[in-house]
Amino acid sequence: MPERDAIFIGIVVDDSIAGDAEMASKLEEVCPVDIYADADGKVEIVDENVDECVLCELCIQAAPPGKVVVKKLYDGTELKR
Amino acid sequence: MSILLNKDFTFIVQGITGREAVNLTRECLDYGSKVVGGVTPGRKGREVHGVSVFDTVAQAIENHGSPIDGSVVTVPPAFTKDAVFEAIENGIGLIVVVTERIPRLDVAQMVELADERGARIVGPNCLGLIAPGVCKMGGIGGPAKDAAKAYSPGSVGVMSRSGGMTTEISSTLTAAGLGVSTAVSIGGDAIIGSTYAELMPLFEADDQTQAIVIYTEPGGRMEAELVDWRSEAGSELPIVAFMAGKFMDDEEMKGMSFGHAGTIVEGAEDSATQKIARLQDAGIPVVERIDEIPGAVKVKLAVGAPAGARGM
Amino acid sequence: MRFYEYESRRIVEQAGIPVTEYGFAKTGTEAREAAGRIGGPTVIKSQVLTGGRMKAGGVKFADTPEEAEAHAEQILKLEIGGHMPVGVLVDPKAEVEHEYYAAVLWDGRAKRPMMLFSDMGGIDIEQVAEDHPDHVGRGHLSNLHPIPDFRAKEVIAAAGGLTGRELTRATPILASLARLQRDYDMTLAEINPLARLSDGSFVALDAHMEMEDEAVGRHQRVLTEIGVELDQPRELYEPSDFERNVKAIDDADHRGVIQGKDHGFVGDLGLVIGAGGGSLTLTDAVRSQGGKPANYAEIGGNPSVAKSKGLAMEVLKKDGVEKIAVMMSIVSNTRVDIVARGVIAACLEMGRDPAETIAVFRIPGAWEEEGAKILGKYGVEFRDRGTSMWEAAGEAVEKVQGGAGS
Repeated sequence: MPERDAIFIGIVVDDSIAGDAEMASKLEEVCPVDIYADADGKVEIVDENVDECVLCELCIQAAPPGKVVVKKLYDGTELKR
Repeated sequence: MSILLNKDFTFIVQGITGREAVNLTRECLDYGSKVVGGVTPGRKGREVHGVSVFDTVAQAIENHGSPIDGSVVTVPPAFTKDAVFEAIENGIGLIVVVTERIPRLDVAQMVELADERGARIVGPNCLGLIAPGVCKMGGIGGPAKDAAKAYSPGSVGVMSRSGGMTTEISSTLTAAGLGVSTAVSIGGDAIIGSTYAELMPLFEADDQTQAIVIYTEPGGRMEAELVDWRSEAGSELPIVAFMAGKFMDDEEMKGMSFGHAGTIVEGAEDSATQKIARLQDAGIPVVERIDEIPGAVKVKLAVGAPAGARGM
Repeated sequence: MRFYEYESRRIVEQAGIPVTEYGFAKTGTEAREAAGRIGGPTVIKSQVLTGGRMKAGGVKFADTPEEAEAHAEQILKLEIGGHMPVGVLVDPKAEVEHEYYAAVLWDGRAKRPMMLFSDMGGIDIEQVAEDHPDHVGRGHLSNLHPIPDFRAKEVIAAAGGLTGRELTRATPILASLARLQRDYDMTLAEINPLARLSDGSFVALDAHMEMEDEAVGRHQRVLTEIGVELDQPRELYEPSDFERNVKAIDDADHRGVIQGKDHGFVGDLGLVIGAGGGSLTLTDAVRSQGGKPANYAEIGGNPSVAKSKGLAMEVLKKDGVEKIAVMMSIVSNTRVDIVARGVIAACLEMGRDPAETIAVFRIPGAWEEEGAKILGKYGVEFRDRGTSMWEAAGEAVEKVQGGAGS
């Protein structure tokens, strides 16, 4: 399961969508700070951009409920739907 | 009342599809401002937060069905002059220019055309203006809820060369219970559309405004112009000033540029120390700290009118 | 953008203003060739963007091309005010009958360019204006309408009552200078002295041009044609490593703006501050309360986490900086939480404890609740608008001096 914890932000992408070509392209498109890359139809998390997350939740909205989770490591809460 | 703005004030946003413009459109709408159209050449038919986008200012006016009062211009520097000319030539009376780094000649040309046509420019390199509870025109104060927090309606007119400091100062006036009549971010460039002295007659004529606060920086001659206007007009509207950038008077800083493009020390004439002296000689107190502003305003109000005579 | 004397000469020449024959040389051999072409005695002038050339030995007179070569070789090796010359200008020793002053510059208050002309040139124009105001003609120009010759004529006629051939010969020169000022976005276009030679002709002996930085982009083609090398150093001083590094970090990412300067600053309190007006206000507040800033900085336009982190790291790398003060006026575009992440990450990467290193964090405004949570986790206290800018600056000064003191 693609999962990355940076210093402030953690990203979890569920295995069920990680290999979905359509999701990969959609996540890459919606994220304003390029946290997601479309790697030949697979969702890839770009390590150096994870802490740039602006908490816009566009990735969460773009994915099916519960499939993308944004963790705020500084207060232990999670953003998901 | 406020100056320049009112409840029914209508304006468009030129360059409305740009990133910053989308944000400020949202902020203004949320605040209750009447944004009645947007212009981005080639993007006719789109919408930004429910606001229709047109190719030309003329189309936006035609669609609105009646004259439009103002325009917020936020397009790249190379296109700003033409956008402002378009607004002026289509009869728009108040143009806020947000764009920074516009060559001075272009600004001077906009201002000269505005003068010829009876229009007014605020900026460039500014965040616009706000009449608390009435209308917000531009990014000033940020999102509607933040703007409401920093700006409560009240008796003090604010003019500032720094957009951010307009909010900082207004917030202290709000916290002190004085509030703000209208706050204008006038812009930090060497040439701007509306200087302190050029806005003063409007504040003078506004019965809500009981005092003025100005924020200034080294560079330019706008304080001298203000002082001259005050004595020529015989104005007694109290003014309190804050001067930032005193450290630039130090010998080792000479010739360096800090802050806004216009903040370039060109010699003793423009130094912070001399500006402070000039203002103080004219009876305008210059406070050392931002948090001293409300107190200085209250002193001025108490001196200007005996108890009870100036209540709101 | 400031121009070297030889560049100004070319710009003036291009605008149709007469100049004497001259040469720009980067070697002694080139200087000898130029002197030979000009013929007769010459003046060799160091091309540096600083004053006091004459005093420093950067201007020498030569009777022969060989002497010109020898002088040029000396001058090319001579550092003046910390600057090495980019070359030498070879000028003829002109037979000057009279010197005048001509300039066009911005009058910010009138929002229009102003022409100045004086029949007392070659000396400090401010002194002339003060001692002999009737010898200085002035006149404003429209920004929109064409610049007619008669406006220049009016200005010259007002300078000590000039008339006759002097007036008719100087008029097109001042008018050309006015058009040049507009066409090239010059903040200053000055000819001093404008000389009348023994044959009655007028030439621009020395010209001083400054182009507005914001406008350089739209004149790139013509500047290149004239031979202006845009990558030549034009700063008043050499940028420090700190200044260079901050600029590189800023240039690498389009989100937001950071600036850092440390020229003239010697201190122990690192400043990570913003925005434009806020930075000026905060720097004053630190100094007025006895603090010694190690630098000046500006954060604005909502920079990325990486950019805020980059600025904070550069400040922390400076000698003697143990603590940083992170302060801004109320923000509405820049986000408190993003700046908080940046400065905390900078501390962590440099192995410093954020709670010890960040003397104060005072940024009220957008996303402040989120920012406070981030800071809280690392033991850094968050100051909102309830703490004034002055108070925040004072707290930072106290912490630095408390830590460094007895």
